[in-house]
Amino acid sequence: MHRIIYTAAIAMASLILSSCGGGEKKTLPPPKHVSESAKMASPEDAMKNWKSNKGIGPVTNVELGAINQEMALDGQKIYEEMCTACHKVDKKFIGPAPKGLLERRTPEWIMNMILNPEEMVKNDPIAKQLLVEANGAPMANQNLTQDQARKVLEYIRTL
Amino acid sequence: MKIYLNLLTAAILATFIGCNSGGDSAGKGALSSSKAAEKVYVAPGEYDEFYAFMSGGFSGQLSVYGLPSGRLLKVIPVFSQDAEKSYGYNEETIPMLNTSFGFVPWDDAHHPELSQTNGVPDGRWIFINGNNTPRIARIDLTTFETTEIIEIPNSGGNHSSPFITENSEYVVAGTRFSVPIPQKDVAINSYKENFRGALSYIRADKPGEMAVSFQILVPGFDYDLAHSGKGKSSDWTFFTTYNTEQSHTLKEINASQNDKDFIAAVNWKKAEEYIKEGKGRDFPVEYMHNVYSDITHTATSNKISGVKVLIPSECPGLIYYLPTPKSPHGVDVDPTGEYIVGNGKLSADLTVHSFEKMLKAIENESFDGDVDGIPILNFEDVVAGTVVSGGLGPLHTEFDNKGNAYTSFFISSEVVKWKIGTWEVLDRLPAYYSIGHLMIPGGDSKKPWGKYLVALNKITKDRYLPTGPEMNHSAQLYDISGDKMELLLDFPTIGEPHYAQAIPAELVMKNSKKIYPINENEHAYAIKNERDAKVVREGKVVRVYMTSIRSHLNPDNIEGIKVGDEVYFHLTNLEQDWDVPHGFSIMGARNAELLVMPGQTETLRWVPQREGVYPFYCTDFCSALHQEMQGYVRVSPAGSDVPLKWSMGED
Repeated sequence: MHRIIYTAAIAMASLILSSCGGGEKKTLPPPKHVSESAKMASPEDAMKNWKSNKGIGPVTNVELGAINQEMALDGQKIYEEMCTACHKVDKKFIGPAPKGLLERRTPEWIMNMILNPEEMVKNDPIAKQLLVEANGAPMANQNLTQDQARKVLEYIRTL
Repeated sequence: MKIYLNLLTAAILATFIGCNSGGDSAGKGALSSSKAAEKVYVAPGEYDEFYAFMSGGFSGQLSVYGLPSGRLLKVIPVFSQDAEKSYGYNEETIPMLNTSFGFVPWDDAHHPELSQTNGVPDGRWIFINGNNTPRIARIDLTTFETTEIIEIPNSGGNHSSPFITENSEYVVAGTRFSVPIPQKDVAINSYKENFRGALSYIRADKPGEMAVSFQILVPGFDYDLAHSGKGKSSDWTFFTTYNTEQSHTLKEINASQNDKDFIAAVNWKKAEEYIKEGKGRDFPVEYMHNVYSDITHTATSNKISGVKVLIPSECPGLIYYLPTPKSPHGVDVDPTGEYIVGNGKLSADLTVHSFEKMLKAIENESFDGDVDGIPILNFEDVVAGTVVSGGLGPLHTEFDNKGNAYTSFFISSEVVKWKIGTWEVLDRLPAYYSIGHLMIPGGDSKKPWGKYLVALNKITKDRYLPTGPEMNHSAQLYDISGDKMELLLDFPTIGEPHYAQAIPAELVMKNSKKIYPINENEHAYAIKNERDAKVVREGKVVRVYMTSIRSHLNPDNIEGIKVGDEVYFHLTNLEQDWDVPHGFSIMGARNAELLVMPGQTETLRWVPQREGVYPFYCTDFCSALHQEMQGYVRVSPAGSDVPLKWSMGED
């Protein structure tokens, strides 16, 4: 009985309110991050095309000259502090080993993977494939600065 | 039944009122107006406009809500252990709850008070008092963590606290329950002779360095609430008193005899001068000061000995009593600093004193006797006006930025809006039910953000779905931006939110920390690299230096632990990404879990009781492989020679 009255009251109230035109009805803003329904390239294709894949993120162009040993040394320190929980230098652990990485990935892709892993594993074809291979273990964002990521890249070149 | 009938009536009424909505939304709340719903609607992913910090009352905690949505954002443990966050359970935070009585894992939290600069909330810290075992806590608003707790000596019932001075120089603490000062074994019926109150000033503007700068020894009344002045009155603090009868039993009757009690006006600048002159007497007390560091991620508890006490009869000009009807509860100072509102809870009316008149009365020595050397000012010479509201049981007043005041009336259960200066009542709305404090963002400061008012109600009854005999308390949100107040929303609150304060979100969120940088971690047992993971035996004490990162704990196989060992798991979370804490618990642990923020180290003590193999795991869902984030400890008999061994990823 209570419920009936209650429902009736609401029904009446909403009827009245809705009859007022409701011109101010608030619409939802569009979601902030619309994930592009990127064309699903087959994994094989993605890996094959690595040379043209710079990844998604803040890094668009990296010029590699001779290895800067000082930078590489800084990079090693950062790598050991921030990365070794998941990346052993020469064998696959939680994530892939960085040894010989420049033969499989562009420098831009590497830095973007370090700096922007959340978006990479969602939208980059290679990163998406790697996430599957790692059984869904995500690449952790360790909040490196772009400068730190560049130094880690320099270190990886020495491996 | 009645409610439903009222709903029906409201609906029928609405039919007649038709589309002219918005005017009368008071009756049964938001249902009568879709505009109310829109005003509190914060779209998914959008942010609230204000942070509201609500006392957890007898939960001992501080809860954080968003306004206008009424969404609960966080519960910050302050005076009570919190197993969810391991506060008061992990080795690092146990010292936060240390007192001169030892570890006290609960208190009754009452009044959150935001730090201020020039009389305006600045979003650096929020303070809150513990009433039962007198304490004041500082919560850092970059981390939303309790970072400091100081015990208040010579106090019983720290209720009129921690109201702050204009530039956060001091937070205050007045005794609600007078006690022998210093404590001694006396007959309770010797109250008038032996019991005293103390008004304490605690240095507050330097984090980690809170200290009781001085106390003022006052007659054995009950000191109920306080507020510091602002602008021209910023050198003063006002404390309400009741039980000026100095009764020690059946206070319900005996403390309600006098027509007028007092508001005590304390000139704290003068007190500073007297302390400088050496007028402070040394009282032999011991109290604890506990500080948590975001660098060592560890709290330390230090004993402080002695406190300086000023005796009013030796310090002229330090303190005056303003007679105020009747058992005044809240004392609230308007944004200009001129008007001091006494909310006489056993009176129907509000008494408003004038600061200028008070100064003049002091200058003219317009006194009506004294109590223990504290001059009583003539009532007629200090009163500025009376708000005759028709309500019953005024408790608290807050202010908007348009010259209006809003007073809660407990007995008549309503909010009354009145005009400062003319004292006329402008509007009134019922509160459901039995309102205690009320709160306007910045409403006790020089610069109120007068858009919303929150009523903090004591009785919930039928406002929500019933949940057995106990129900959460109920807050109500009012829109006060127009001439008439409008009820927008009900939302339940934790414990008993006596008082609350709110501040525009942008003043706080821009400073909010997302992680603790791992390279700044100076915890004594932190390791910053997995290769340093190890297990070390020191006699019967075994220390496990462990790391976590998605999705493994290192080490995850530990052998060589024996029954009767005292094992400390020092877990460092190597993550450096926002909102990736890892939890840790082990079977049979008699304390709680750990919940370790990125870059932080926490320690769980575990005393294995029986031989066997015991699992441990990450308790806070962290990744797709969270369920795999687990390990084992092998426990051998006490005399066993199983060697100490640890590993991860070995066959």
